[in-house]
Amino acid sequence: MKEMKVLLVDDEEEFASTLAERLNMRGIESLTASRGEEALKMIEADPPQVVLLDLMMPGLGGKEIFDRIRLKHPEISVIFMSGQDAPEIGPECGDCLIKPIKIDELIQRIRSISG
Amino acid sequence: MSFSGWFNGLSFLDFPESGGSPEIFRLLRNRIIVLMIVVTVIPLCSMALINLHQYRKALSEEIVKPQLVLVNKSKHSVELFLAERLSTVSFIASEHSFDELADEANLRRIFNVMKREFGGFVDLGLIDGTGLQVSYVGPYELKGRNYAGQPWFHEVKLRGTYISDIFMGFRRIPHIVMAVERVIEGGKSWMLRATIDTQRIDDIIASMGLDSKSDGFLVNREGILQTATKHLGGVLDHFPLLFPPFSSDANFIETTDSLGREVLMVYSYFQTSPFVLVVVKPRGELFRSWYTLKSGIFYVFLVSLLIILLVVFKLTDFLVKRLKESEERREAAFLEIEHSQKLSSIGRLAAGVAHEINNPMAIINEKAGLMKDLIELGGDFENRSKFLALTQAIVDSVERCRSITHRLLGFARRMEPQIESLDINEVIRETVGFVEKEARYRNIDLQLKLADGLPAILSDRGQLQQVFLNLFSNAFGAVGDGGAVTVCTRDLNGAITVSVEDNGCGMSNETLGRVFEPFFSTKKKGHGTGLGLFITYGIVKRLGGHIEAKSQEGVGTVMTVQLPERAEAVQKGCPI
Repeated sequence: MKEMKVLLVDDEEEFASTLAERLNMRGIESLTASRGEEALKMIEADPPQVVLLDLMMPGLGGKEIFDRIRLKHPEISVIFMSGQDAPEIGPECGDCLIKPIKIDELIQRIRSISG
Repeated sequence: MSFSGWFNGLSFLDFPESGGSPEIFRLLRNRIIVLMIVVTVIPLCSMALINLHQYRKALSEEIVKPQLVLVNKSKHSVELFLAERLSTVSFIASEHSFDELADEANLRRIFNVMKREFGGFVDLGLIDGTGLQVSYVGPYELKGRNYAGQPWFHEVKLRGTYISDIFMGFRRIPHIVMAVERVIEGGKSWMLRATIDTQRIDDIIASMGLDSKSDGFLVNREGILQTATKHLGGVLDHFPLLFPPFSSDANFIETTDSLGREVLMVYSYFQTSPFVLVVVKPRGELFRSWYTLKSGIFYVFLVSLLIILLVVFKLTDFLVKRLKESEERREAAFLEIEHSQKLSSIGRLAAGVAHEINNPMAIINEKAGLMKDLIELGGDFENRSKFLALTQAIVDSVERCRSITHRLLGFARRMEPQIESLDINEVIRETVGFVEKEARYRNIDLQLKLADGLPAILSDRGQLQQVFLNLFSNAFGAVGDGGAVTVCTRDLNGAITVSVEDNGCGMSNETLGRVFEPFFSTKKKGHGTGLGLFITYGIVKRLGGHIEAKSQEGVGTVMTVQLPERAEAVQKGCPI
């Protein structure tokens, strides 16, 4: 039951691919992107409902990607992830999950977004 | 004081720029005390001495002047008495011829007139040129005596008139002899000689009205007493004191008597006779008011000195203590900043490491999670449950690492003041996380008695953690292995109270009184900075709270922190 589509954007490919596989196993269709530019292209091609975005990445950072998504696709929900404790993302950016992520917590968030 | 003197004075009080060791403060205290005593006591002493000197001078003049006048007056009286008697004898010798006076009846008549009109005469005699007493009127049988061998006889021959010292003569009683020579035609001479009653001189001296301790008397220039004295000997005794030097006017000297008492000697030399009138008075009598004043001034001086010393010591102690405290505070603040900076650096380093570790930990977490998912979703196989347990162990370990890195990140973050809504119990649990391992190793019974339903407080998480960490660390230091530390929270009339209680060695009252002072430590040198509770105290105060320590030696210690629901003090500077 593929109920929703999620795009995982993280430069740690091992992390992103494994998490994507686990989400897929739980019925959430997940794609991965390791670079900001790649992620934006994928969103253009096939917009997901949720984007899981690493805050600190080489090239386009999480915040820039977020701003561009907001401009073109305000309907897409974004959940940040970070290795830092309580990073400064601003109240408009919503939640930030701290790595390592608890899978149950993540799924709960995704499901709450999809309603 | 010259400019260079002032300059030296300032360098005398020079204060070291850094590092106020107790020795330096002791030195500074001593220098201030010495300087203050010098600048206050020297003027006081000078003033007292000048005052005494001036008063003594004035008093001396007041006391001595009347004595000089009295002595001079009495001397004049004696001189006048003698001069009158000599003039009388001289007049008789001029007015009467040798033959007239040789007639004893005639001589008696004249003598009676002299006694009646002038008084003081004892006898009268006519002596011819060979020294033979031709006629005599008086109480003794002296007619026919020859005075040619007497020194006074030659004196009269030489000078024409003569007044003797007081001497005993043939009559063995003190008397003065005066004689006048008359030279008649042919170079022959005769002389009229009279004896004067010394009682009249004694009367004059007695009329000076001297007190019983004072003495007034005549002494001749050879130092032989001419009249009786009260304390210094009888007639013709040797004057026992320092003989007063010649002075044409009445004068005085200060000397000591045979008993060593200080005396004032007022004297006046006779001009026409070989006498000196002397009055000896004990200084104690004369200077009674002076001694009273002197002792009065001495007591005032002593009391002033004591007050000055008391004020100087107390004031200096107070000032140096304040200076020392302020210096210690300055140094403590400096060390606190240094300490904070060090902690901040460690915090930043820890944060960097935690962040770097979090990413691989996330990968491990996902891989292990996927393995677990696959095992759970796949069919049964050999050792399935063991694999499941192993992957779960990996996930749990990752969770442990996660809590460690989060704590490290939290520690780094607390350097920046950040006011947020906090559950105090949660903050305590987090902080306990840092020390529970030590508690386990040392078998310390660490109990949390956290009240439920406490209101959230607005405060700084990091700073509170620092406070609790320090209190835990102290409690752990106080208890031995196997001791007990209890942490309690409760809501006390709108303020949140956290108490950390241990059953350790406790503190004496003296230690308890100084426990929040900077650099105060009971730990061995090198084991404690003595700043822990001082910084803790500062943080709690900054957060608008209050900390107090209760302790009993051998029983244990309770440290209680009271926090307001809003950290007012911090709130002002840091927007929430």
